Amino acid sequence: MNWAGLYTVLSGVNRHSTAIGRIWLSVIFIFRIMVLVVAAESVWGDEKSAFTCNTQQPGCNSVCYDHFFPISHIRLWALQLILVTTPALLVAMHVAYQQHQEKKLLMLRGHADAKHMEEVKKHKMRIAGSLWWTYVCSVVFRLLFEAVFMYIFYMLYPGYQMMRLVKCEAYPCPNTVDCFISRPTEKTIFTVFMLVTSSICIVLNMAELVYLVVRACARRSQHHSNPSSAKGSFYGHKHSSEYKQNEINQLLTEQDGSLKDMLRRNSGLLEKGDRCSAC
Amino acid sequence: MDWGALHTILGGVNKHSTSIGKIWLTVLFIFRIMILVVAAERVWGDEQQDFVCNTLQPGCRNVCYDHFFPISHIRLWALQLIFVSTPALLVAMHVAYRRHEKKRQFRKGDQKCEFKDIEEIRKQRFRIEGSLWWTYTSSIFFRLVFEAVFMYAFYFMYDGFRMPRLMKCNAWPCPNTVDCFVSRPTEKTVFTIFMIAVSSICILLNVAELCYLLAKFFLRRSKNAGNSKQQPNHENKEETKQNEMNELISDSCQNTVIGFTS
Repeated sequence: MNWAGLYTVLSGVNRHSTAIGRIWLSVIFIFRIMVLVVAAESVWGDEKSAFTCNTQQPGCNSVCYDHFFPISHIRLWALQLILVTTPALLVAMHVAYQQHQEKKLLMLRGHADAKHMEEVKKHKMRIAGSLWWTYVCSVVFRLLFEAVFMYIFYMLYPGYQMMRLVKCEAYPCPNTVDCFISRPTEKTIFTVFMLVTSSICIVLNMAELVYLVVRACARRSQHHSNPSSAKGSFYGHKHSSEYKQNEINQLLTEQDGSLKDMLRRNSGLLEKGDRCSAC
Repeated sequence: MDWGALHTILGGVNKHSTSIGKIWLTVLFIFRIMILVVAAERVWGDEQQDFVCNTLQPGCRNVCYDHFFPISHIRLWALQLIFVSTPALLVAMHVAYRRHEKKRQFRKGDQKCEFKDIEEIRKQRFRIEGSLWWTYTSSIFFRLVFEAVFMYAFYFMYDGFRMPRLMKCNAWPCPNTVDCFVSRPTEKTVFTIFMIAVSSICILLNVAELCYLLAKFFLRRSKNAGNSKQQPNHENKEETKQNEMNELISDSCQNTVIGFTS
């Protein structure tokens, strides 16, 4: 299990996300995870071996490194990325549960053939009802984790800047000892880069939250004015097209019986998967 | 998530690119990313360990290395490649949006459906026109901007593209001025020049693609202006056809009714 495995798992969630959610996922994978893997890890690769203190006292190097770097930037970022991407799995689980329910319903109605089952698996769930709440919770958790990690970062490494020199007086170092950090400028550049992308992700999450809330309010006001509108599930959709077909059938039965058959054969309204005869 | 995953993501965009775009993508992956991964990373692998200064003063080496290499070539190239390949995702998103709209139309049982099933919609290649043309052109423009910015950053940081063998350093805590020696300077110069040359080729390809798209746009516009009276637009044509068929059906129905009643 590595970043590629995480990518596989989260790509599935992508289908049921909003557009902003998909942009957020792309930013996470390309500008954060990928930059971490191909660039940042090699910058911090020699952080301990190249951490040099101006002393020959054994143990002083290790103690000073441990004092100034309780947890390395790379590990903090890795933890942050894992925790930030994981709430999306709540949505994946909820979607899987809903799909399971729909399949059971199909079996009860006697439509348990492979074609309908595939359709249930492939169709995109609308973010409505309980799925909306799950989705909103996942976005809130994402925001929370991002903010917490940015705060931890700030607490551990004030100013987000990597110093060239740190003065250490932890035992067993004799008096105060100068210790030099390797590649401080490059590390500062990448720290700032990761910080900026983290802020962009926070902004995207907030935008997504606002969008979901606005959509829910809009849908609610639409429901109040038009209570018979279609529901947001696979069966809601099928229901509306069946309803339409029923209406047309009713209109047609007002004409002659044989005329009705002929017109229905030539009508433009189709069953799913049929050839489009009027095209 | 590594270069292979980026290749997978961008491979999908390839289908909707122009021929020049496809060549650009191939040059990017084979002559830049692959060279970076299989060769350049090894050359720069020991850049700090083998950066040697003529002093025993602890910390002097670290400080001098940091002073002369604020960001390593390898990392700069990696960032450049990521930024330069990302605008293609704008095109991928736009294509995905269009596909989504077509699928919605198909599911509604729209009269205008030209596809037998969802699979065909998924496989369809979209022509670069209308709003997709603007998205595509913007993506090329951003690519050009990023390439130029990174080349400038490179030139600015390293005063030209040559790697010197010796650098003189007098940053604290180095005592006075100290000679520091860079490892594999010639090999690094060779690869730097190679990457710059390929970067310039990519810039030329992008400029050519931009010119091609503009030329196609103006050509199509002048053709449309000439044919606008003779040819109604595609959608109106479909609707007219459907209306005609409906009329024919209703005519034949009336005849049938008359036939039955008589």
